[in-house]
Amino acid sequence: LSVPPEIPKEDGRPKWDNKFQYILSCIGFAVGLGNVWRFPYLCQIHGGGAFLIPYFIALLFEGIPLLHLELALGQCLRKGSIGAWNTISPYLGGVGIGSWMVSVLVSLYYNTVLTWVMWYFTNSFQEPLPWSVCPLNENRTGLNKECYESTAVNYFWYRKTLNITPDVTETGTLQWWLILCLATCWAIVYLCTIRGIETTGKAIYVTAIFPYLVLTIFLIHGLTLPGATDGLVYLFTPNLNTLKNPRVWLDAATQIFFSLSLAFGGLIAFSSYNPPKNDCEKDAVTVAIVNSVTSLYASIPVFSVLGFKATTGYWDCLDRNIINVINEFDLPEESIVRQNYTAWISYLNSSHPEKIAGLKLKSCDLQEFLDQSVSGTGLAFIIFTQAIILMPGSQAWAILFFVMLFSLGLSSMFGNIEGVFTPLLELRIISKSIPKELLSGIICLISFLITLCFTLGSGSYWIDIFDSYAGSVPLLVIAFFEVIGVAYVYKMKRFSKDVKWMTGRKPNLYWQITWRFISPLLLLIVFVAFVTLQIQKPASYAAWNPKYEGFPMKEEKVYPPWVLAICVLLAVLPCVFVPLVALFHLIKRMCRNKEPSFVAPEVFSCQGSNS
Amino acid sequence: MLRVLLLTLTVVAIAHAELCKPDAQNAFKVRLSIKTALGDNAYAWDANEEYLFKAMVAFAMRRYSSKSTTQISDVLLCNVTDRVSFWFVVTDSSQNMTAVPGSVVEAAIRMNRNRINSAFLLSDKTLQFLKITSTLSPPVEPSTPVWLIVFGVVLCLIVAGIVFLVVAGIQQRKNNRTPPSLIIDLAHTQGKTILYCCAELDRSLPLPLKIPSAAEAINICLGKS
Repeated sequence: LSVPPEIPKEDGRPKWDNKFQYILSCIGFAVGLGNVWRFPYLCQIHGGGAFLIPYFIALLFEGIPLLHLELALGQCLRKGSIGAWNTISPYLGGVGIGSWMVSVLVSLYYNTVLTWVMWYFTNSFQEPLPWSVCPLNENRTGLNKECYESTAVNYFWYRKTLNITPDVTETGTLQWWLILCLATCWAIVYLCTIRGIETTGKAIYVTAIFPYLVLTIFLIHGLTLPGATDGLVYLFTPNLNTLKNPRVWLDAATQIFFSLSLAFGGLIAFSSYNPPKNDCEKDAVTVAIVNSVTSLYASIPVFSVLGFKATTGYWDCLDRNIINVINEFDLPEESIVRQNYTAWISYLNSSHPEKIAGLKLKSCDLQEFLDQSVSGTGLAFIIFTQAIILMPGSQAWAILFFVMLFSLGLSSMFGNIEGVFTPLLELRIISKSIPKELLSGIICLISFLITLCFTLGSGSYWIDIFDSYAGSVPLLVIAFFEVIGVAYVYKMKRFSKDVKWMTGRKPNLYWQITWRFISPLLLLIVFVAFVTLQIQKPASYAAWNPKYEGFPMKEEKVYPPWVLAICVLLAVLPCVFVPLVALFHLIKRMCRNKEPSFVAPEVFSCQGSNS
Repeated sequence: MLRVLLLTLTVVAIAHAELCKPDAQNAFKVRLSIKTALGDNAYAWDANEEYLFKAMVAFAMRRYSSKSTTQISDVLLCNVTDRVSFWFVVTDSSQNMTAVPGSVVEAAIRMNRNRINSAFLLSDKTLQFLKITSTLSPPVEPSTPVWLIVFGVVLCLIVAGIVFLVVAGIQQRKNNRTPPSLIIDLAHTQGKTILYCCAELDRSLPLPLKIPSAAEAINICLGKS
């Protein structure tokens, strides 16, 4: 009997339908909510146009090298994060596990933010918008007290959406409307990731491209609004003095890092589905540049709208003063207008100073309104919603805005979920007979049950905790070990050969220097500076407490010790796997060394696995 | 005769001045913002408008209490400014020019606020009675909250999508497992196993009517791979 000839072995690994899908997925993963609500804020507080200098330096020396490293790694090893790092060296297996853990933690709280977006979206179909009017109080004599003292927008966010408790220790009750929205969000995530990249690849066409459309629409509309130019000038006026503050450089480095979604393992997962001979260098540069350009592009409509809001606020302030003066002095209507307001005030002050003083007029300053800068959820759910009320056709703008936020967040969620899903599929504990649909269903169901605790009254405080502790320090540690691992454990020469095999050319001097020296050094400095700054101030949070004397200002509270313990646990848990796994393998090797039949582990190479 | 008339007029004038002055006990200040409400269609405030105002107040008093016999001349206006704002007081002619208590006037105005506003094409905000608060109209609450409807639509679409994908996946898996009986029925030699393995890998392999020998089976497979 002759041996049948070798039929070429099919990898069995799913692959992207085309290269565009892959690039779009990476871009969608990188471009997220942070591009819209964190970058413009940083630009504004760190001296406008001058912030771009540290930003681009960080992009050049930290962002692009790390991105190229991750994409090349995934493409060469063709495994998710856990498998990939185990293959590079068993001692570095902890890096993969740490990445996986961070992806799990971030997926959990990120979807809750999408839940809030979905809640606002479903409420945008009403006329008038529910966050534009205050509800009446119980006996219908006036407006609801909490709403009256703060603003309708604040009330809708803190009371009607979050139903927030005054303290992180008070858990409150589960909010049924948020549970419904959360279930929907997880159902949407399940629908899009049901078969891994087969389904996300189709969904990404919509979720990655739609935000650009909406941003363009907002850009055109925003530039036509009154006061837009004030906002833009305020944003981009460079103030080079801020560059002397090291905080600015730290913020630029961390922003680039988190914005590109490095060290999550999602990028490794995405590129592992690529054909091995693919130009990952070009991909990395493309994704990084598109991400940064998107940040800049998004900041223009954001700041046009903020300028419009500041101008409207300033005009409202002036108008209120004018009405008070007119009523007090019984002057004819429209005798005082905004343009001659100051002239009138000085005239009246000289003739009737006691009356003017008695009126207690607020001083209206446009700069003050422009200075009210917020980032994060405050920007989207409070400031932007307030600006949308002032635009004609507010329902349409609200719907567009929230669908855009949802798409941005969803495409980032795909990357997070892939970072969780792909390593699980490769681990041998999951049998091959379980269909992918079932596995992703189980993951989504378990995640939904865990994230129910974010729908409690204190949920948003916990999300802030997760965001500050699980989504910051561990990533820096993991990325540092990634670069060190590839450059010094896997050895740069081997890696360069692999990259040359994949892209067709050897990585040039820029890559060699950044991978070997600059990026690890930069990461170390950023990590140390970040931790030092965090430790210096006691961990505190701002609570919304209607009974506080300074209400509507938020009350500054300190975390109780058990919450601090959880914060530290969140930050340390992913990082601790790195030394633990290394130690475990070290001990195993020492035990194995004592046995006579010790076989050295196979040397792995990129080309070897794919011939 | 003339002297009596003059005396009555002076008395009336003094009483008028006594009753209707700023911060008098039963007087109310009214403030109109016509230009804000009507813009270009704003009318000028003149004696005719004042007459209409007096008529509306008298109407309100009569409508409030059926016993009331308030005449237009019983409503006194004073201190009209350019703003436009003025004070008014309602007198009772049957009781020798005393002012009607403020509470009664307030209740009457409150009851007929809507009619008074529409007579002047203004609203609660632009025609202000400074001491009289208006009852706030409750915000319109639709019977089903709109967000639940939208949410229901979105959820239905999502569930339909999931069901479709899961069913499609199950169908695909069933199709992949072609019953080997077809192949086994045709085969009876070593060629059978080789063709069976081949067919599992490549769906488009046309199966011959007569199963060949092992070597021929291998050739068929290789021809296809």
